Amino acid sequence: MYRILKAECLAEKIYLMEVEAPRVAKACQPGEFVIVKIDEVGERIPLTVCDYDREKGTVTIVFQIVGASTLRMAALQAGDAFQDFVGPLGNPSDFVSEDLEELAKKKYLFVAGGVGAAPVYPQVKWMKEHGIDVDVVMGSKTKDLLILENEMRQVAGNLYITTDDGSYGAHGMVTAVVEDLVTEQKNHYDVCVAIGPVIMMKFTSLLTKKLGIPTIVSMNPIMVDGTGMCGACRLTVGDEVKFACVDGPEFDGHLVNFDEAMKRQQMYRTQEGRAMLKAQEGASHHGGCGHCGGDE
Amino acid sequence: MAKDVLKKVPVREQDPKVRAANFEEVCLGYNQEEAMEEAARCIKCKKNAQCMTGCPVSINIPAFIGEVEKGNFKEAAEIIARSSALPAVCGRVCPQESQCEGKCIRGKKGEPISIGKLERFVADWSRENGFVPAAPEKTNGKKVAVIGAGPAGLTCAGDLAKLGYEVTIFEALHEPGGVLTYGIPEFRLPKQTVVKTEIENVRKLGVKIETNVIIGKSVTIDELMDQEGFQAVFIGSGAGLPKFMGIPGENANGVFSANEFLTRNNLMKAFRDDYDTPISRGKKVVVVGGGNVAMDAARTALRLGAETHIVYRRSEAELPARVEEVHHAKEEGIIFDLLTNPVEILTDDNGWVKGVVVRKMELGEPDASGRRRPVEVPGSDFEIEADTVIMSLGTSPNPLISSTTEGLEVNKWKCITADEKGKTSREGVFAGGDAVTGAATVILAMEAGKTGAKSIHEYLSK
Repeated sequence: MYRILKAECLAEKIYLMEVEAPRVAKACQPGEFVIVKIDEVGERIPLTVCDYDREKGTVTIVFQIVGASTLRMAALQAGDAFQDFVGPLGNPSDFVSEDLEELAKKKYLFVAGGVGAAPVYPQVKWMKEHGIDVDVVMGSKTKDLLILENEMRQVAGNLYITTDDGSYGAHGMVTAVVEDLVTEQKNHYDVCVAIGPVIMMKFTSLLTKKLGIPTIVSMNPIMVDGTGMCGACRLTVGDEVKFACVDGPEFDGHLVNFDEAMKRQQMYRTQEGRAMLKAQEGASHHGGCGHCGGDE
Repeated sequence: MAKDVLKKVPVREQDPKVRAANFEEVCLGYNQEEAMEEAARCIKCKKNAQCMTGCPVSINIPAFIGEVEKGNFKEAAEIIARSSALPAVCGRVCPQESQCEGKCIRGKKGEPISIGKLERFVADWSRENGFVPAAPEKTNGKKVAVIGAGPAGLTCAGDLAKLGYEVTIFEALHEPGGVLTYGIPEFRLPKQTVVKTEIENVRKLGVKIETNVIIGKSVTIDELMDQEGFQAVFIGSGAGLPKFMGIPGENANGVFSANEFLTRNNLMKAFRDDYDTPISRGKKVVVVGGGNVAMDAARTALRLGAETHIVYRRSEAELPARVEEVHHAKEEGIIFDLLTNPVEILTDDNGWVKGVVVRKMELGEPDASGRRRPVEVPGSDFEIEADTVIMSLGTSPNPLISSTTEGLEVNKWKCITADEKGKTSREGVFAGGDAVTGAATVILAMEAGKTGAKSIHEYLSK
């Protein structure tokens, strides 16, 4: 069992948990992910690592309620435990193994959409710890759904916030901010790292391609084992089929077939929705529950 | 009625029509009377018992069958336990027809002894009567790490524990068992009764199993040896990444690897309503491939309610699956589309599978494998309607361990290189099973686990 030391609701349907997992905490790097399973009947849920404390032996995860298992996970409190917590999986971000002097010469732009702030955070933190200031754009639908703002502020060089509805920061999508930074404010970026919903990574990548900025995205497709065994997470990158779990999860955003990835994410949509409704035990299904595909 | 000594005592099975809609075990096994009657057919070869030469783990077959005939089931179990840690598994999934039973002298005229069913009977009797193999009295204080809790790893660990080693198995998934847990379906190998019990028996020998540890990621082999005090390592990490055909439409929704389909169903228990993991049940399923895994996938899809087709590019004679599996699949209503090969998967506007374009094949000259090579028949393409396609084309090795262990050599197929004793290019590191050979069988992995244990014992006794 993997004990939960801290459980916090960050925003509606978004939760943060700090979990005791010494082997993972010792080994994990920015860019990698873990798989958690709440109990015997739970699904294996892949989640990108949000933070880790090697001394304490803990790993922090952030998840959004999307199905029956994540709905039940949301009810966990400090002192409860996950039955299974495995990792790290996937590959660390490329910059982790780059020569520090070379890396320091490059200007990085991180773009975080929604829950994507969670996987972006450890990357920006790693940069800060290695003396590198990076620019960060964070976006969300509305002010209440913006997560990890204070944490990000402490590690980012410049932080730009935008909301779709203009309730906080700039008014509009992250792509508008990126375009403004480059074309109006004449900032130069060598690398862009964009993490968030697939649609957000798609449009950010289309923009950075136009702007000529090499771009890395982190894919989070459906997975089962996460070790290469099942192939559920396959996606098309350039003209090759890749497994996100062993070849990724980070890929060249200018080569990923996002449309195919979005279709593949829908594969179990209705079945998950049904399982979740059952888990809600009698709660009637009002329109726009957010998980039945109605919001996609 | 006079018994026909040339024929096997028939084994009771669930009716095909009934079992096609459930996940209960197909074969019901012998009862005591049937087992003793079958055992009496054995002529108990005193020397040069051919069945033993056909058994990869060299069980003393005539001796255990002799005890079964006398009704001494505990003694029979003790004889098997000397050679095998997983008899209830092997009695069910070994290809006996090409091993022990294939060599049986009785089989020269008439049917061979039903050795597999007798082994299964003894193992099931042991479980039902609480017979557990004895653990060693004390350990020798030497620590060995085993990677992977599948057939190779469990066998290796069990043998080493019996020799007094302190063995820890590291398993990447949340459940031990490897292919016994995620791959072979419930209706061939019940998980709760058979697999869990045999794993529990390995634990009772003193073996520790740490799940959720991915060697090469959570911890490396070097760290295990340098920091955690393991003096030798056995790699039994299994087969690896599923292969796909590389045809158009293969990433469509509704196309799965057999590994994914079976893992969802067997490990994650997606066929049960009380488990969260979903599975695409399908109304019309096409399984591509002709091996045991293809049969397992097809028979699983059938039980989930689909009309199921096996599409295989050669003819029935070349099917790599066991004859028994093919026979069971046909009985249950699987449709075999032989000499047929997919060339494209058709999709609807939402990216879901709606059909498969297949091409007729004919057999040409034998190829390197000795099987007649399938040759395309030009202009023979036709369409099969389907909403689910399951690719069962084998696997390629997982690079997780080889890429994170310096000095561990792999061959041109990226399988870990090991000699006939299981020795790898790294001092103190041994390997066996699918990680070395590529996808094979449970019993061959067990043989490799046995060999690995013997070599590790020799290495650490120096």
